[in-house]
Amino acid sequence: MKEGEVKIIGFLCNWCCYAGADLAGVSRFQYPPNIRIIRVMCSGRVDPVIILDTFLWGADGVFIGGCHPGDCHYMQGNYYAEKKIEMAKRLLKEAGVEPERLRLEWVSASEGERFAGVMREFTEEIKELGKIKFEKDEMEAACIAAADYRLRILATKEKELLEEGNKYGEVFTRHEMNRLLDDMVREEYEAKKILLKLKKPKSVKEIAAELNLKPNVVFRHIMDLRRYELIEVHEIRDNTPTYVAKVEEGGE
Amino acid sequence: MTEELRIGVFICHCGINIGGVVDVPAVVEYASTLENVVHAERNLYTCSSDGLESIKSAINEYELNRVVVASCTPRTHEPLFRATCEEAGLNRYLFEFVNIRDQCSWVHMHELEKATEKAKDLVRMGVAKAALLEPLEELTSEVTPSAVVIGAGISGMTAALSIAKNGFHVHLIEKKREMGGMLRRLYKLYPTEELAAEFLEQRIKAVEEHERVELHLSASIKAVEGYVGKFKVILDENGAEKSIDTGVIIVATGAKEFEPEGLYEYDGEKVITQLQLEEKLKRGDSKLDGIENVVMIQCAGARGEVVGYCSKICCMNAIKNAKLIKEANPDINVFIAHNELQAYGEEYELYYRDAKKAGVRFLRFPLERRPKVIKSEGKLVVDVFHERLQMNIPLEADLVVLSVPLVQNPDAEKLSKMLKVPLGQDKFFFEAHVKLRPVDFATDGIFLCGTAQGPKDIEESISQGYAAASRATIPLAKGYVSSEAIISSVDEAICVGCGICESVCPYGAVEVVETEEGRRAKVTGVKCKGCGTCGSSCIKRAIKMHHFTDEQLIAQERTALVTEEVVS
Repeated sequence: MKEGEVKIIGFLCNWCCYAGADLAGVSRFQYPPNIRIIRVMCSGRVDPVIILDTFLWGADGVFIGGCHPGDCHYMQGNYYAEKKIEMAKRLLKEAGVEPERLRLEWVSASEGERFAGVMREFTEEIKELGKIKFEKDEMEAACIAAADYRLRILATKEKELLEEGNKYGEVFTRHEMNRLLDDMVREEYEAKKILLKLKKPKSVKEIAAELNLKPNVVFRHIMDLRRYELIEVHEIRDNTPTYVAKVEEGGE
Repeated sequence: MTEELRIGVFICHCGINIGGVVDVPAVVEYASTLENVVHAERNLYTCSSDGLESIKSAINEYELNRVVVASCTPRTHEPLFRATCEEAGLNRYLFEFVNIRDQCSWVHMHELEKATEKAKDLVRMGVAKAALLEPLEELTSEVTPSAVVIGAGISGMTAALSIAKNGFHVHLIEKKREMGGMLRRLYKLYPTEELAAEFLEQRIKAVEEHERVELHLSASIKAVEGYVGKFKVILDENGAEKSIDTGVIIVATGAKEFEPEGLYEYDGEKVITQLQLEEKLKRGDSKLDGIENVVMIQCAGARGEVVGYCSKICCMNAIKNAKLIKEANPDINVFIAHNELQAYGEEYELYYRDAKKAGVRFLRFPLERRPKVIKSEGKLVVDVFHERLQMNIPLEADLVVLSVPLVQNPDAEKLSKMLKVPLGQDKFFFEAHVKLRPVDFATDGIFLCGTAQGPKDIEESISQGYAAASRATIPLAKGYVSSEAIISSVDEAICVGCGICESVCPYGAVEVVETEEGRRAKVTGVKCKGCGTCGSSCIKRAIKMHHFTDEQLIAQERTALVTEEVVS
């Protein structure tokens, strides 16, 4: 893609949306040439880590196309896709990127015209948003957070928590679930950002200043990161400990 | 990978379909500059025999170990190109398809330059993925040449007999002491009006006499293990445990009549259901001595009253019973209060007209003003709001008959869990696709027929019995099943055995098992359909979805995004 033009990457499921895109072609429905399509068997295959990596590498928009609810070739794959994409959107927001840059649509194999329409509309929206802007550190933190097991459990288990409840039978309301997701995503994101900062030794105060977080919040994350053995004390400088990341944990 | 990558790229003109928009020679030239590409060429039609020959000879001449074709869509042409690679001795999964027609030249017909740029990008992405492709093998597994049919109603009996006649052993499992199911309680069948008992007797005899049908009466399913071709069904037969090996399973567990407790003054005596009326008629009570007025109420408990759906059979059933009463005793007044009336097809329509001729009276009520049954001093009055007259008509009744819907058996939920097949919103068993795969479950080797899947009459239940038998016989006749090569696998060194993959797999293909290292997820290859949801859900990212691996997808997206200058 030429520099200056918006770049869109599409992940389309083989059975519905990819077939719908083919039908748009067979019917000669025209749409802007900004999208590059990657075929997957099911929208449920699309990992939030891959979505965020796509943004990290400079996509201005990411489009995921799956089957309509109830039509999934694999029964529920599109349902799981929806939850994973919601999770990716929350992380995008934390990294300061408009969540609208990530779009999920259900397009059936017979909706060629609709596919072309959605492409025109989405490309237009992305053009209005303009080229993507983010701090590399922040998007990297979002990528690592998406790979974290806690957020992955939540993205997958959301339906169960909403319908069947947790192991104590407590059923979550939509509102509680959203609050839980928001909190968890922010926590994970902050922790990963701190971890990235600790490629070089720093004190709690220094991190708090750099990331514009309260020192007590940073301290809590530091204690957690130490407990997970991701960081260690580097040295004690003027009665203040500095910490450093133990292992190199990167995105991809 | 130690092997040197040698990628061949074939760009198709597709006549003018691609060549008329995309600058194919420029794309070929560009492709030949890409890393690992040792050969690039263009063909007028890559899918023509000339085109396929040139792929084969290039594989030999340039010792290609990956092939990329940029042409139409994998949805139509991937099998052809894969087979071509295989003919030239290359594993068929070392082929990558790039769609530059349906998703490029055809949709950017007025933007020639940009379409060419896009084609180059797509080829570059395809080459990047091809570099990471791995050879894959399809698995095959033997099929135990016998079937299990669960439920010996008319549908199950039909299926069992049909499979047996095809030459395979069938285990027919029935929870009751005798075969027949719902048909056992019916009097006469529409539209032929033959006696249900006679009809049933012939079928039961045929099943009993068939040497390849093994009956298991008073038997219930305890557990089901395995997968298509190699199921193991554990039975409790008269208190004794039995294990059956089978290649396929057919679910024909039927349905039951809804009990209208608390509706329309239902008491089982003066206010009864259609099935109770059938039993009454069957006992030789068809003259209904002492009864002057019979009122039937349609959609009782159905279509939004208790269950949401239309039970499909009640209209014809009510018409039949009304006609039989009227014909046996013309002095009895028979009313059918209905909302819609479904008598589809020529035969049923004629039957409905005959009932009208016989003197059955039809009254239409709006669904939001259903009839009321009023009981006072031992007398029954059915108050029907007549839609056309826009007024209430009180009908005196000596007998009120409720046309109630068929509902799922309460034990279906247990069975659905054992078989790992879904129930739909109405609790009936849920087929793989309503139009395209009406008697299959999404899980291979398990099929369904009859009212277990939703209300249907005898004719439809029999048709479905034949259909399910025919579908189930395919793997039995073939003797083996081959599965996808594109499946997932677990890296046991990373897996922590949390089981989230097991919970998202719709096919029961991933299971957490005990290993020497502790609990680990394990993929049963023949069950896996390759959706990859387990991979994107795995909390440790320990699952690899072959042919669509994280590395391959990431390579595609990153390659698409980096500019040419960076690549070269």
